[in-house]
Amino acid sequence: MVLSVTDLSVIKRDRLLFENVNFAVEQGSLLYVKGQNGAGKTSLLRVLAGLVAADYGEVYFTQQNIKDCREHYHQHLVYFGHKLGINSALSAVENLQYWCKQHQVVISVDTIFYTLACLNLVGLEDMPVANLSAGQQRRVALARFWFKQDAKLWILDEPFTALDTQGIALLSKHITAFLSGGGAVVMTSHQVLHIDYPTNELTLEYRI
Amino acid sequence: MTALMAILKRDLALAYRQRAELMQPMLFFILVICLFPLAVGPEPKTLQLIGPGVIWVAAILSSLLGLERLFRDDFHDGSLEQLMLSSTSLPAAALVKVVAHWLTSILPLIILSPLLALFLHLSEPMYWALLKTLLLGTPLLSLIGAIAVGLTVGLNRGGVLLALLLLPVFIPLLIFATSAVESASMQLQYSAQLAIIGAMFLFSLALAPFAIAYALKVSQT
Repeated sequence: MVLSVTDLSVIKRDRLLFENVNFAVEQGSLLYVKGQNGAGKTSLLRVLAGLVAADYGEVYFTQQNIKDCREHYHQHLVYFGHKLGINSALSAVENLQYWCKQHQVVISVDTIFYTLACLNLVGLEDMPVANLSAGQQRRVALARFWFKQDAKLWILDEPFTALDTQGIALLSKHITAFLSGGGAVVMTSHQVLHIDYPTNELTLEYRI
Repeated sequence: MTALMAILKRDLALAYRQRAELMQPMLFFILVICLFPLAVGPEPKTLQLIGPGVIWVAAILSSLLGLERLFRDDFHDGSLEQLMLSSTSLPAAALVKVVAHWLTSILPLIILSPLLALFLHLSEPMYWALLKTLLLGTPLLSLIGAIAVGLTVGLNRGGVLLALLLLPVFIPLLIFATSAVESASMQLQYSAQLAIIGAMFLFSLALAPFAIAYALKVSQT
């Protein structure tokens, strides 16, 4: 069991988003979180990633509470949120190099160039990210999923937004490969999933 | 350690690329000090009397202007989230960011200060006292300021709130710094004032990184 959650409740601005949510994500399984806008999907993912503490309930990573093993947990986690986490004044390569150093990922510049080429960003590597289109900026941010080799869990919040069909296919393929290799994935999406893999679903209801 | 070096390098590179934005507080600082002799009159005695106070007030206000830059971009583009999800210790990372900020936006002011001291007709012992108070006191501005920026970064238009939060905290620093320069103008010892500013600086150096890290965590909700 990679990730498990017990009796999770989150309250945001006096509104109960969800209560007593329980689930577990096994190795090699994909949890697909569904729900309307405002149902609390992003809040749930932020709690799972350990960015925000839950109001009630606990999150466990490989049976350990994430509060007690924060560093260990984050070493094996890749999180992709609404905010891309790339600085628009820096180039794609600079952004990714910085991220890799931050996350103790040792990687050569050649590998970064190669990955960016796989993501169809040839010739844009040294340009400030601000000059790239929305979809291309997301591709730069998504390149992280190609770098962290010891990751056990990926958390993706709406990864397919602004991507073209080729980009969606590329990412779907990469997610499937990660799952087949024993990784666990939690993701949200409003698109129909094109992932050829058994999926567990969790639906959050919008509450007033 | 490489992670912290990477933060320092990145922040310095970013400051260089956004130098137009960095120039604003610096220009404000120079303008305020240039205008004073024109407004008050070129009488050396008057200028010497108000000079240290003017330089310090201008330094505090211009550092407030540039302070928000410290975490604003990182918060809005999500770099801060990614930093919190790495194994880098957040207090250490915050301290490195404050150091980078001080090097890029406050150190130039200190380098400019001899010229401005000339405008305000400060005598040589007064200038040395001023320089010492600036070197000890401005890192304190950055450290304490960073806590308030961490708290207000999630709010839209936190700028005014930032000033309201910080100005009262900066008053003791202002009092001791100007009193040191005043003592110097009368050829008196001012090591006591320097020692108090130094103590405040070391105290904040020890505790502020943890407060900044906590403030940034609170802002994530």
